[in-house]
Amino acid sequence: MNKLDRRSFFKTTAVLGAGLTGIAASEAKAGPKNILSPERMGVLVDTTACIGCRNCEWACKTAHDLPTAPIESYEDRSVFEKMRRPDETALTVVNRYDNLKKPELPYTVKVQCMHCDHPACVSACIVGAFSKEENGAVVWDTDKCIGCRYCMAACPFQIPAFEYHRAIGPKIMKCDFCSARREEGKMPACAEICPVEALTYGPREELVRIARDRVKRFPDRYVEQIYGEYEVGGTGWMYLAGRDVADLQFPKLGRNPAPGVSESIQHGIFAYFVPPVSLYALLGALMWITKHRTEEEEA
Amino acid sequence: MVHFMKPTPLVQKKFITPGVILLILLAVNGLAFLAGRFLFGIGGVTNLNNQYPWGIWIGVDVAAGVALAAGGFTTAALGHLMHREQYHALVRPALLTAMLGYTFVALGVCIDIGRYYYIWHPLIMWNGNSALFEVGICVMIYMNVLYIEFLPVVTERFIGRVTMKGFLTRFNKPVDKLLRALDRGLSKVMFIFIIAGVVLSTLHQSSLGTLMVIAGPKMHPLWQTPVLPLLFLLSAIAVGFPMVIFESMIAARSFGLKPEMETLSKLGRMIAPILGIYLAFKIGDMFIRETFVYLTTFNTASVLFMIEVFVGVVLPLRMFLSRSVLKSPVMLFIAASLVVFGVLLNRINNFVVAYTPPYSFGSYFPSIGEISVTVGFVSILVLLYRAAVMIFPVISVPDKSLSSKAKYTIRG
Repeated sequence: MNKLDRRSFFKTTAVLGAGLTGIAASEAKAGPKNILSPERMGVLVDTTACIGCRNCEWACKTAHDLPTAPIESYEDRSVFEKMRRPDETALTVVNRYDNLKKPELPYTVKVQCMHCDHPACVSACIVGAFSKEENGAVVWDTDKCIGCRYCMAACPFQIPAFEYHRAIGPKIMKCDFCSARREEGKMPACAEICPVEALTYGPREELVRIARDRVKRFPDRYVEQIYGEYEVGGTGWMYLAGRDVADLQFPKLGRNPAPGVSESIQHGIFAYFVPPVSLYALLGALMWITKHRTEEEEA
Repeated sequence: MVHFMKPTPLVQKKFITPGVILLILLAVNGLAFLAGRFLFGIGGVTNLNNQYPWGIWIGVDVAAGVALAAGGFTTAALGHLMHREQYHALVRPALLTAMLGYTFVALGVCIDIGRYYYIWHPLIMWNGNSALFEVGICVMIYMNVLYIEFLPVVTERFIGRVTMKGFLTRFNKPVDKLLRALDRGLSKVMFIFIIAGVVLSTLHQSSLGTLMVIAGPKMHPLWQTPVLPLLFLLSAIAVGFPMVIFESMIAARSFGLKPEMETLSKLGRMIAPILGIYLAFKIGDMFIRETFVYLTTFNTASVLFMIEVFVGVVLPLRMFLSRSVLKSPVMLFIAASLVVFGVLLNRINNFVVAYTPPYSFGSYFPSIGEISVTVGFVSILVLLYRAAVMIFPVISVPDKSLSSKAKYTIRG
């Protein structure tokens, strides 16, 4: 009984301290889900196998109830003349790049959210709307979102898009790795429709093994790098490429997780409220001392 | 002969001047574009897009707004924490600026976020990893602290002067009593809020610097550094006193008062060391990360960086070291304005210029709508400041009838 009282006393003091200095508990685990399951799923994109049919673009829009033209219109290859980016109307797009070795077989690269293992958006989101799910998807809760677009500023792959032209209820939009479909036991819409198996859907660890094996067996076909294996601490979607990934316009990124530095600063400043509370005490002492000094001078 | 200064409402001055009319026009223009933002969405009036999510509404209205309101906590620390009585006359104007400044920072956030009606979400939906969450919560609490710090000015104005008309007459006595009780209670606990205000300011001024750290390589290396929070805090402290000098001289000029040169030059003497520390960290960081190589290429980033450092820091630093500058009202004003300009440019650089998305289809430049809203907000702020100093005892004027200094020491 006694013990409990003391504990609740400490709790109250801690809450009071937090209230006084005015910071919400950064250590309180009210934050978003950020699970890194060993069985998390991913996709291996083989850009040398992709034929650029863009069926994945159509399937994605259909699965997410976005307006789309009929699938036949996706045969039009003139869209490749310009580089496109995923946006609020298309969560995935395919771009074309030259194949220097075989010009008749250009590379086509599908772009979407990479579903990072240590996502910057999950760390950045002011209301903790983003979360990394057990199934590997990085998803977000539209009902929480305040539309601040900090996720967009934070994302190293420049993925989240925003409905700028909606006055009420603009949404953040990005690939959700068909999280809802997969809960029903279905495959991601893009991987399901892909006619050439350029998209391999499976447990991430397995995919890394497959990718390494392919690179080893076909050194002429692939460059050494598996893009996404280590970038920003590893991503759920990984790419095999026939030429330097920089030429396919993938950003050059380090191996450290994107939110690493900012989180250590943040937790350093707020380490269990010790720094703010000590500063408060220090300033209080300063105020008291100088007050007495001026009073003495005046006396 | 010491003359006593007393905060007095400038009631006898005229509100409307040609300058005020211009400000009203700018305010109306800004509000018109703001209406467009609420009718057609953020994309309707801004040049923001999926490549450039943040523009001047964040860079100027929010980031620079917070920095330029730093006079509030730096003068509070000087006047109240260190009990340097000679600066008391500057505390109230700085407090009013900070209060209005933070109010407009909050409004700036409100219009920039897509779902402004969910602005209260961070209060109950926490993410301790997010620097933005920390900034948001701190700014929200600090804004309330500033309102509380301003309350004594309101009670001082109305105690013994509550004269409501009509059927409200019967409430005059109770309201007066309430004000007196509030005044007594506040004077006992004000120190809690004053210290809290300083702590909260150091916290969110630095966390504002942490904001862009997560953008990593998307931010130009001239600005992207893990010591950004420290640089933001130091520059905020450095701009505090110059901002006080800047605004008191403008206010003095506008109301035809004599600027308090004695106090202002004393304040100015403290600026050079603070600016020096900031400059040392800024240059030191540049040499440790060897980012000076980016200055050899001639582009927007390198030019703006040089202007920020030389015009905004080095030049005023040299000026504040000079005795003749400290004594001359014009030179002191110019030096203070340069620091204000330097920090404003620094915030724009950090949030707008430094941001280079990996995929972009053109660069960002603020639209007429964005500039209009920002200018409009600043105009409304100035108008409210003008109205406030005419209603409340904020600006100190010499009072010959005053014999005892103790009578008007500021509470807290």
